[in-house]
Amino acid sequence: MKQNAKQSGFMSWLDKRTGIEGLKHEALNEPIPGGARWAYVFGSGLLYILLSQIVTGVFLAMYYVASADHAHTTIEYITKQVTAGGFIRSLHSYGSSAMVVTLVVHLGQTYFFGSYKGRREILWISGLMLFALVIGMAFTGYLLPWDEKAYFATAVGTNIAGEVPIIGDWLKALMRGGTEMGTLTLSRFFVAHVFLIPAGIFAFVGAHVYLFRKAGSAGPISEDPYEPKQKSEQFYPKQVIMDIVFATILVGALGLLSYLSPVELGPKANPADTQFLPRPEWYYLPIFQWLKYWSGAYAIVGIVVIPGIVAGFLVALPFMDKSLERRPWKRPIASFSFATILCGLIFLGWQSGHEDGADAAVAKQLAKQATETEAFMKTPFKSETMGPAMLIAAPLSPEAAKGKKLFTDNSCDGCHGDNGQGTENGPKLIGVSVKFDHDELVKVLRNPTQKMRDGNMDPVEIPDDDLALLIAFLNTLK
Amino acid sequence: MIGSHVTNVHQTLMIENSEVSKSGSNTSGSLDHPPPTGRRTFLGWVIGLGTVSVAGLLSIPLVRFALDPLTRAATSTGWSDLGPTSDFSETTAPQKRTISITQTDGWRTVLSEKSIYVVKKASGELTVLTAICPHLGCSVKYNESNNQFKCPCHNGAFTTEGKLVSGPPPRDMDNLEMRIQDGHLQVRYQTFRQLVKSKEVLA
Ligand code: FES
Repeated sequence: MKQNAKQSGFMSWLDKRTGIEGLKHEALNEPIPGGARWAYVFGSGLLYILLSQIVTGVFLAMYYVASADHAHTTIEYITKQVTAGGFIRSLHSYGSSAMVVTLVVHLGQTYFFGSYKGRREILWISGLMLFALVIGMAFTGYLLPWDEKAYFATAVGTNIAGEVPIIGDWLKALMRGGTEMGTLTLSRFFVAHVFLIPAGIFAFVGAHVYLFRKAGSAGPISEDPYEPKQKSEQFYPKQVIMDIVFATILVGALGLLSYLSPVELGPKANPADTQFLPRPEWYYLPIFQWLKYWSGAYAIVGIVVIPGIVAGFLVALPFMDKSLERRPWKRPIASFSFATILCGLIFLGWQSGHEDGADAAVAKQLAKQATETEAFMKTPFKSETMGPAMLIAAPLSPEAAKGKKLFTDNSCDGCHGDNGQGTENGPKLIGVSVKFDHDELVKVLRNPTQKMRDGNMDPVEIPDDDLALLIAFLNTLK
Repeated sequence: MIGSHVTNVHQTLMIENSEVSKSGSNTSGSLDHPPPTGRRTFLGWVIGLGTVSVAGLLSIPLVRFALDPLTRAATSTGWSDLGPTSDFSETTAPQKRTISITQTDGWRTVLSEKSIYVVKKASGELTVLTAICPHLGCSVKYNESNNQFKCPCHNGAFTTEGKLVSGPPPRDMDNLEMRIQDGHLQVRYQTFRQLVKSKEVLA
């Protein structure tokens, strides 16, 4: 008893400071007209996937480096070396697919159930914005591993942006950070993927959830979207449990998939490769296929006009359709047009795979790419070797090599560093041969200036032949 | 048109209600009959516990992922080969050698070259000294003319075996861990703290 009183005392203290009881009430006692249903789990399912994407994304960033030099190595390191690295990367990658699928279900359901009706225009539009942002996340995230398919798929994707009339070239250069794909492209995509688009997603998720709570749950398709009349049930506990069960199934399925079939990484992007056939992530295939049909002067129709009409239609929908009717079979035009688009996309996706299979040359190249990816996954991780250029690069000429020996034997390296890179005790020698010609070098080495002597530089007392060898070595320091 | 739609909606609504509810008033949008408080609290605990255990399960790979570098921290520089011991049996003066050492740093491997001296002591034993001066880290050089190591920076001087003779260095030259494997002399490169009296390994 005492314990209880104490606890409630603490809770009331906390409530006075934070208003947590009110928040809890607000969050849990939301009325759902018609009662809790499994049909309503997709919105909160998306929140759970988002949470998983954020957490796995942050962890991946512990090892990832966004630079054309290192991106692929770091992803390879994550995949092949780091404990659970392949698993977490797979969770993140499959999570993006799950996000797109669940989002399409959520959007389709809102559309077919007419849940956008009844003062829900802004709620609907914020959802469309989130759809666009998630598609943007998928597009920018795809490049980050910098393997062959990432590089070439993004080259195609940015080329498409280049086809937009008037601003196309500018847009493409803006995305790429120049006319060509390169390390700046990667930096830009990284910034968009981890800073800019997530900021938009946070803002719109906040708005979406707030507006949803403000408008209230729309209830079943038999419900009046303006003035709900059916007996309502509170969000807690039944709907909460359904949402959590769905989220657990989703996360469990993603975990199982990631564990059993980890995402692969292909060989590092080779921009000089002219054979590579880029194929985007599966959910982009319908659009990829769609664009094949629009080339030359008509490209603008396929890239800008038709998608623009579809987007405009979706945005305008809640403003145009004000009827109270929500049952899809009583709204034939709306249902039919959406079903057509959906079936069209599915058909395009199927067509894309079918065409690849039907063309022997394409099928062969794609099979080759798959084999290369598999082979790459089997090769052990090889770290990037760094160090003085000469240790990695071509060996020195015999003279320079002898000169290098003189350099260390005479302890020049003590102050000027192993390879003339300089230390706190002496200046760097890289580039001296550019500043001074051979004779000038001989002069200062034999007879250092007062300033050099003050810095503890002793005259070099070795035979003339050796001095020439030493200078031959200095000439290699560039 | 709209009127008839509304009627339809209401008809369905009635069916819906008779299916879903057996009790309760029909006041629109009211929060009727939440489960008793005791059940709500119990359910809250079940949900909380379930969520925490799922989250806990999921965080295992995340924690292992984040702690991965700690499991690798123990890697030290390996052994560098200096060639057959016979190479050093004839000599009396210290022999300078350059070894390349490789250090693993996450996804990169860092190569560098280090100078060491192989010394044959009066007792005939071999020992390996690092060329880095224990004073401020300059490269110590062997001077054949007076059989002494001399540091060019502040004139620290050491005997052939690395014992401090004069100058600012706080201690003798540092010797490195060595072993003989299949007749080859091998050394493990390390660096030591400067400016202190006793030898302390840094890396
Ligand atoms: S660094 Fe060697 S004597 Fe000062």
